[in-house]
Amino acid sequence: MNHALLILTLLIAPLIGFLFNGLRFRSHNAYLAGAVATGASAISFLCSVTLWTKLVSLPVENRVLETKFFEWIAVGTLKIPFGFVVDQISIIMILIITGVGSLIHLFSIGYMSHDERPSKFFAYLNLFLFNMLVLVLGDNMLMTFVGWEGVGLCSYLLIGFWFTDPAKAAAGMKAFVTNRIGDAGFLIGMFILFFTFGTLDYSDLAAVVPKVAELGWTGPVTMACLFLFLGAAGKSAQIPLYVWLPDAMAGPTPVSALIHAATMVTAGVYLFVRLSAVLVLAPHAMEVIAWTGALTALMAATIGITQWDIKKILAYSTVSQLGYMFMAVGVGAFPAAQFHLMTHAFFKALMFLGSGSVIHAMHEEQDIRKMGGLKKYLPVTYITFLMGWLAIIGIPPFAGFFSKDEILWQAWSSPHGSKGLWAIGAITAACTAFYMTRLMALTFWGKSRVSPDVHPHESPPTMAIPLIVLGILSVIGGWIGIPHVIGEVLPGHPPNIFAHWLEPVVAKVEAGHGSAVMEWSLMGFSVGLAGIFAWLAYDFYVRVPSRPKAVAAALGPAYRLVENKYFVDEFYFGKIINPLVEASKAIWLYIDVNFIDKATYFAGDLVSGLAQLVKTIQNGKTQSYALYMALGVVIIMTVVLSS
Amino acid sequence: MLLTTLIFLPVVFALVVAALPEEKWVRPVSFVLSLGHFAATCLLFWRFNPASSALQLVEKHAWVPTFGVNYFVGIDGISFWLVILSAFLTPLAVLGSWTAIEKKVRAFHICLFLLLSATMGTFLAVDAILFYAFFEASLIPMYLMIGVWGGSRRLYATMKFFIYTMAGSLFMLLAIIALIFMTQEQMGQMSASVLDFYNLDVPFVAGDFLNTQTLLFFAFSLAFAIKVPMFPVHTWLPDAHVEAPTPGSVILAAVMLKMGTYGFMRFVLPIFPEASEYFAWFFMLLGVVGIVYGALVAMVQPDIKKLVAYSSVSHMGYVMLGLFAMNLYGTTGGYYQMLNHGISTGALFLLVGMIYERTHTRQISEYGGLAKAAPIYTIAFLIVTFSSIAVPLTNGFIGEFLILLGTFEANRWFAGVAVLGVILGAVYMLWAVKRIFFGPRGKALGHYEEESLDINGREIAVLIPLVILIFWMGLFPSDFLNWSKASLDNLVQNRTHYELKLEE
Repeated sequence: MNHALLILTLLIAPLIGFLFNGLRFRSHNAYLAGAVATGASAISFLCSVTLWTKLVSLPVENRVLETKFFEWIAVGTLKIPFGFVVDQISIIMILIITGVGSLIHLFSIGYMSHDERPSKFFAYLNLFLFNMLVLVLGDNMLMTFVGWEGVGLCSYLLIGFWFTDPAKAAAGMKAFVTNRIGDAGFLIGMFILFFTFGTLDYSDLAAVVPKVAELGWTGPVTMACLFLFLGAAGKSAQIPLYVWLPDAMAGPTPVSALIHAATMVTAGVYLFVRLSAVLVLAPHAMEVIAWTGALTALMAATIGITQWDIKKILAYSTVSQLGYMFMAVGVGAFPAAQFHLMTHAFFKALMFLGSGSVIHAMHEEQDIRKMGGLKKYLPVTYITFLMGWLAIIGIPPFAGFFSKDEILWQAWSSPHGSKGLWAIGAITAACTAFYMTRLMALTFWGKSRVSPDVHPHESPPTMAIPLIVLGILSVIGGWIGIPHVIGEVLPGHPPNIFAHWLEPVVAKVEAGHGSAVMEWSLMGFSVGLAGIFAWLAYDFYVRVPSRPKAVAAALGPAYRLVENKYFVDEFYFGKIINPLVEASKAIWLYIDVNFIDKATYFAGDLVSGLAQLVKTIQNGKTQSYALYMALGVVIIMTVVLSS
Repeated sequence: MLLTTLIFLPVVFALVVAALPEEKWVRPVSFVLSLGHFAATCLLFWRFNPASSALQLVEKHAWVPTFGVNYFVGIDGISFWLVILSAFLTPLAVLGSWTAIEKKVRAFHICLFLLLSATMGTFLAVDAILFYAFFEASLIPMYLMIGVWGGSRRLYATMKFFIYTMAGSLFMLLAIIALIFMTQEQMGQMSASVLDFYNLDVPFVAGDFLNTQTLLFFAFSLAFAIKVPMFPVHTWLPDAHVEAPTPGSVILAAVMLKMGTYGFMRFVLPIFPEASEYFAWFFMLLGVVGIVYGALVAMVQPDIKKLVAYSSVSHMGYVMLGLFAMNLYGTTGGYYQMLNHGISTGALFLLVGMIYERTHTRQISEYGGLAKAAPIYTIAFLIVTFSSIAVPLTNGFIGEFLILLGTFEANRWFAGVAVLGVILGAVYMLWAVKRIFFGPRGKALGHYEEESLDINGREIAVLIPLVILIFWMGLFPSDFLNWSKASLDNLVQNRTHYELKLEE
């Protein structure tokens, strides 16, 4: 099959799945709907794999498969084709999206089997897949934007899937609107790039951008990157636009796994990997991105420590991990960012699905205070979750260790990095170890606090298989990105396949400083830190369960600040949104109703008052009228001819 | 003869409807006739040459030769889609108001046909006096529609509507007369032909308000700005819409507002190029203010119809912003947005009317949970909402993107404020969607069974063409823009020495 046909099939399959399930949205048959949707996703996965083999067979310097279906917009010099490109960057993305996506589709069949509207759910899921594929395959920024808004739309529909609950509907709306703030930034970023370089095509952009970095803050590339970062912050939940993601957990859990962990939220990271050639020209923008990422990582990790809802913890964890990815982007470690994107997709999707399995078993209970000791009831969920836990806290040789460690090392050694960034990253790693172990301890270990009328049961095979596959990937997924210093000492000297794969297509920053000894010691330090904090959490929540309360009480206001998520939502609503609504009511009342309308009434009264006056002229005598007419003609002629 | 047929065929249809022996035939006959008119309009696809920017299918007959007034009609790429849009929406309005109009059905459909005739004439006239006559004539059927078939405050609304628009048009009439005198001065004989107006040299003095071009520019602009409507002369619109019956709202929003923006493209920009350029910032400012102001006020409306009306103020602000950006992107986007607004706002008014017929309330606070009670209706409403808030691959995105792109090229600060509309548009529409469709069942649908509120086959048939257009225009904008490209290019590139040739 030629590559254009493959790309077409890849995109069309989920679209057909969407139409099939969408048209029979009333159906209650979760198995048929799920089978069609999963089948569509699997076809896309097969196409991705085939495209990957085609790509591998091409010479390294020319690994590009392009196709343009038709010209979408052609106005003036703006020419936007409906074009798609498979290269080293997008192939990784589509393999993750369709691979992890297929597993999550499969998991959903069991998870949604009791739902009222399974067809609608699977229709949205397929529509999401289609948009996500458009996002990563688009060969120009506007096509990416099409997918970008499209996934936001599906996210909106899926978060509010159980829309009869006003809180869930509100969460969907919050997600869409927050994303729209970012999208406005994305648009402006595109405009700047278009009017500076005359194109929105990725390969053209990479070819025409200057080779010298901008020094100031207000240069076009820097401004464009900052506005695009606003877009990325919306989609990928970074400060200050991260607030929608924790609320997005209102959606069904497979949605959280697919959209709000593995794929959509990483779109911002993808965008900057794609635009690496542009971004490296804007060191100031990189600095902003790196620090925003680092601070987001730390802030979200601290909040994660204090939450009780299993999905909320994972949500804050996702925000935090995305922060790591942006930190990598900001220090110019593009392969490391995409590597962490991939491993995170494995272990976070795994943990979300695992939490779904737990919630399913607990009859929709999400509060980890009401769990405990679940490992004996849910062996498969427990074992696989354990893999995810080891991966995220960065224990070698699990997947997360390699990617996170690469980011920390680059943050330390890259010319764009700094010790401060590294320190924030390391503290975040400690927090991560703590809150994830706390989650494990309260859910699976220790004594059971399950209420007696709940009888936890292991999930069916359709839900177990995806867990097992993702569990395996969370173990071995990092082995394709083994850093040089470790590879050297291992038998057979495994290379860093992942970094080599991306090398030809991402921008290179100057080599970092730092010796192998340094790298080893930092690695040891962060693993040790994670180990210590994991032990601490175990000690807190399993060995001495009374201690957390005491510590929380001792910390007092500081604890409450974190537990209440730094009151950011309260600030946004209290200081921005509600005043805006009140102000809008006021301008409606005072400007529209009381000012403009009153002014027109006044004008109307003035006219009718004048009319009373003029009425006297209308005396019914023909002679008077003839006089007026003559006067009128004279006046008009004078005015017109003299002008 | 095609254009004359298109203009006067509806008058014949009105007579046919008047002569029908029984009132029960009025609706089906009107529907078939309006479809026939649309079919006749579609002949334009064969007769119109999109490659040319010239005025085509011209017909010219002397009317008042002393003053150079002629019956002079023609079509170019700018009027092309507006004519088709008007003809396309009329059968939908007839079908959509099948059960909404209960009294004086015959008279209502006569009004509808007369209105169609007047809008056709407005978009096709090339003689200023003829244009003015049609422009004003269109007010009367609309006045009657609101005044006779409207809601409880219909008299207030009609007076406001009529006085506002009349006040504006009077200035325009004076300006037209002045231009006719100028043709005599400069060309030796009086002419009301717009083509001759283009060749006039209208004296302009920058920085001085009291000069001929500036005064005439503002006289025309005021008339059209009221029609658009631009902030701050928009306040007639919400009242007119709220009181108007559904088909009245549809035609008012989709077609009549376009007379204003069309007027800017046909008269203001090409006849007064220097003044337009000099005061472009002012109109862009009003456009931007309109976008944000309309969106904010729409957000807090308790009545769905008023919300849609204020959203029109916001959307038409985009159109004006694009037109006064005066570059290819802005002009093309503005023009496209005129069509988009016709489709999506027309559809929104139809949708609001459909649910109003069932629940007899438009208060958002009385709704809730409609998604369960009317699933197909909900799907249609959501699709139109996405078009209205410019989600990519719907028509709205193409227009909004091009307008913002053009605005950014012209003035990046205005673009920076205008993108707020992208955010606020999502806010007011989705907030309304949330309160109407989601959450627990509201008071308005308390006693209805599940799904019993859903729309029927006739209503689905009304919406399907609109939904198809939403995606068609979003996916293949060139199918539409190629018909207007030559004319839009001509308007942008030759604005300072604009002329319309006659097609041989």
